[in-house]
Amino acid sequence: MNAWPFIAAAYGLTGAATAALVGWCWSAMRRAERAAEALRRR
Amino acid sequence: MHALANPARFLKIARPLTPILTLGGAGLATVGAWAGLTQTPADYLQGDSVRILYVHVPAAWLGMGGWMGLAIACLTQIVWRHPLAGIAARAIAVPGMVFAGLCLATGSIWGRPTWGTWWEWDGRMTSMLVLFFLYAGFIALARASDGQDGAAEGGGISRVTAIFGLVGAVNVPIINRSVVWWNSLHQGPSITLRGSSIAPEILWPLALTALGFTLLFAGIVLMRMRAILAGAKVEARMRRMAAA
Repeated sequence: MNAWPFIAAAYGLTGAATAALVGWCWSAMRRAERAAEALRRR
Repeated sequence: MHALANPARFLKIARPLTPILTLGGAGLATVGAWAGLTQTPADYLQGDSVRILYVHVPAAWLGMGGWMGLAIACLTQIVWRHPLAGIAARAIAVPGMVFAGLCLATGSIWGRPTWGTWWEWDGRMTSMLVLFFLYAGFIALARASDGQDGAAEGGGISRVTAIFGLVGAVNVPIINRSVVWWNSLHQGPSITLRGSSIAPEILWPLALTALGFTLLFAGIVLMRMRAILAGAKVEARMRRMAAA
């Protein structure tokens, strides 16, 4: 059995899930810190 | 540890550390993955499918290590009432669940060409699936018990959630020893404290991906802790404004 489609699926899934997690956490952090800063200035 | 009890002091350290850990981790993991795909020989028995090792093992390590970190944070919250412990436990839960899920998915993908099946209800896979559901239960419990007792204020977790995190740690040694205790399709322990049974020419990129994903995990936890702290600050200020 050719293993390369399975290898591509495993690496693709890991890369996509990790990138999505980092992107989501980064944007949530920036949004929350901006909201806290805006409220502090009010 | 108590020196970091002050969130302002913690943030002073976390702010510069977040991009260093995230970018450094992503870089190391990318180099390790590239080396695993192009610079190592195929295994004599498993062929090229052994290359899935370089993403599967770090995911398994972070799924299990994540819960151990979560359990230590829960213990710290219960015993010392450290103000950041509950926030750390809550911050670890989501990336821990993602990596436990990735471990199951990449293991399943590895299993098809190696064992001829996507899934087997054996000790290792079933206990790892239990860990995935424990993470889901922890996240649900932490959300459901928001603001129910003093500990849950300020972005932390309730006492019940902390006890759940502590009790769930029982599953981690079960996952680790499952391939020794029960007959399994899954291979026995290849890397132990006494050494590794994997050939060095196949093993070395694993050190890079394991370290890279660990640093990345730490960066993600810091991002989530900063988001939770900022959210708690906004909530507290809104409450004060509403009361005034």
